[in-house]
Amino acid sequence: MVEIRFHGRGGQGAFTAARLLGIAATLFEHRYALAYPSFGPERRGSPVLGFTRIDDRKIADRSIITQCDVVVILDDTLLDAQAVNGLRAGGLLLVNTTRNDLQIFFPDNIRTVLVNATLLAQQYLGRPITNTAMLGALAAVSDVVKLHSLFAAVEQEMKGTIAGKNAVLLEHTYITCGGKLR
Amino acid sequence: MLEQKAFLSGNEAVAAAVRLARPHVIAAYPITPQTTVIERLAEMVEEQSLKAEYLHVESEHSALSACIGASAVGARTFTASSSQGLLYMAECLHYASGGRFPVVMMNANRSLALPWNIYGDQRDSLSLLDCGWIQAYAEDAQESFDLIIQAYAIAEHPDVLTPMMINLDGFVITHTYELVSLPAQQDVDAFLPPFQTTNKMDLDHPMSLGFTAGPAFNQSFKQLQHLAMMAAVTVIDEVEARFRQFFGRHYPGLLETMHCNDAEFILVTLGSVAGTVRPVIEKLRSLGERVGFVRIRYMRPFPDAEIRKALAGSKAVGVLEKDISFGFEGTVFTNVNSALMRTKVVPPRLRNFIGGLGGKDIAAADIEQIFERMKSTDDGESVEFI
Repeated sequence: MVEIRFHGRGGQGAFTAARLLGIAATLFEHRYALAYPSFGPERRGSPVLGFTRIDDRKIADRSIITQCDVVVILDDTLLDAQAVNGLRAGGLLLVNTTRNDLQIFFPDNIRTVLVNATLLAQQYLGRPITNTAMLGALAAVSDVVKLHSLFAAVEQEMKGTIAGKNAVLLEHTYITCGGKLR
Repeated sequence: MLEQKAFLSGNEAVAAAVRLARPHVIAAYPITPQTTVIERLAEMVEEQSLKAEYLHVESEHSALSACIGASAVGARTFTASSSQGLLYMAECLHYASGGRFPVVMMNANRSLALPWNIYGDQRDSLSLLDCGWIQAYAEDAQESFDLIIQAYAIAEHPDVLTPMMINLDGFVITHTYELVSLPAQQDVDAFLPPFQTTNKMDLDHPMSLGFTAGPAFNQSFKQLQHLAMMAAVTVIDEVEARFRQFFGRHYPGLLETMHCNDAEFILVTLGSVAGTVRPVIEKLRSLGERVGFVRIRYMRPFPDAEIRKALAGSKAVGVLEKDISFGFEGTVFTNVNSALMRTKVVPPRLRNFIGGLGGKDIAAADIEQIFERMKSTDDGESVEFI
C-alpha cells in the first residue's frame, strides 16, 4: 500500500490532485484506491489536505491516514515542521517552491524534491494552479503512478482546452523533474 | 451484463443509483455532508439525463412531506438528509411509515448538536429506530449504490410497503472516492420495474388515505406495520438473491459474519468502521487468535436470530458503535443484548465500546485494544469510551 498526502490551500486543487491520482491508479492501472479530502467545512484559502491510498487489493481501512509515504506540498507557505508529520523514514517530500532557502525544515531521513511548478503552471496554464504539475513531478521521481495514466485521468476529468493545457503542463513538469518519455 | 467502472464518492454513487432507479419525484434541502447527492441529482435533472420532478423545498420537513404526497399518487420518490435535518423530518418519518409510503431516503450519518459538529457519527439515525423505517448501513460506496437500487425493490414490495433509509457514514463514505461498478440502465430497468401500488389516490379506484383511526382500529394498523417490517426479512433475502443474478454482487442479508464459527472473541459493529476491523481480524487470526467479526447491515428489521446464531459459543462479545443513549448504553448494544437474552446460552462477557462520536477517528490500533479489553475478565465499566 502507498499512502500520499497533498497539502494545499482551498482553491488550489489539492484534493483534485488526490482524486486524479486515484482515478489514474484505478481506472487506468487497474489497482485499488481511496481518495478523500480533509473532512469538514470548506474554505477558500485555508489549509486543506487531500489523501490517496493505493494498493493492489481492495482497501477496507478508512481510518484517517496518519503515516504516509509521500507528502506533496502545492504551496510553500504551508511548509513547516508539521507538514512532514507522519512521513515515513525513507519517504518522499515533493515541494512546489520558488524559494531556495527551505532546507532547514527537511529531516535527514527523507528524500526531498523541489520543483518550481508555479513557474511552469503560469507558463502553460496562465494560472498558478499546480496540482496537475505536481502529479507530473510525482510520476517522474517515484513509481507511485505512470505518466500515461495521469494523461488519461486528466483527459477524462477535465474539459476541452483545459484538459489539453493540463496535459502539456503534466508532461513538461515530468520532463523537468527528470522523467523520461518513451 | 454491461457495466462501467467509475471513481466516485459515496454521495456520487448514491446519485448515480437514484438516476438509474428512475424516481418520479426528488424533494430535498441541502445539508452537509449530504449536499452533493442532491446537487448531482439537480444537475442530472437540469441536463435531462434524469426525467424527474425536482423540488428544492424550504426545509427537510417539507422535503419528506413532498415525497409522501408524491408517493400517495403512486410516484417513486427520493430524498436525502443528515443529522439535524433528519431530526427535523422526525414527524414526517412516522407519517411515511404509517401511511405505508415506500419513500427511499439516503441519510449521511452525522453528529447532533450541541456542541455543533458536522462530522460523522450515527446518533442521528440510531435515535430514530422506532419510526417504522427500514434502516440499512453501508460500508463503502459500492454497497451504498447497491443498497439504493435494492431499497426500491424492498420498500415497494407489496408485502412490505415501508419506507427505507440507507445510511452512509458522513465524510468517511460520503466524501471518500473509490472504484464503483455502475450497471447499465437496461439491466436496472429489468431488475427494478416501475412502482405499482394500490395504496394511492386513484380516480378509478377511490380509497381513503391519511385518515384518522380511533382506539378500535388504530392498534391493528400498527400491528400490520410491524408484520410488514418483519416480512421485509424474507423480501431482503429474495431481493439480494435476484440482485446477485442480475449484477453478480452478493450480499449476506441482515448481517455479515467473518470467522465467527470458531471465534472466542467477537466484535459486533456497523457502517464504515467495519473496513478498519477486517484487516485487524486477519492480523490477529494469523497470530493464532480466535477472533471474529459481525457487521450489522440492517438495524430494522433487526437481525435477531442471526445475532444469536453468530455469537453462540463465544467467550466474549464486544459491540462497537458511534452513538450513546445517555444514562444507559449504546443503542446497538441494547438491541444485541436483547436478542441474546432470548437464548439460553448468553456469552459470558458482553462489553459496549462507544467511539467515533463527532468524527473522532477509530484506528486499527483502537480495534486491537478493544480485543484486548474483551479478553479481560474484569467487570469494567458498563460503557467504555474509546
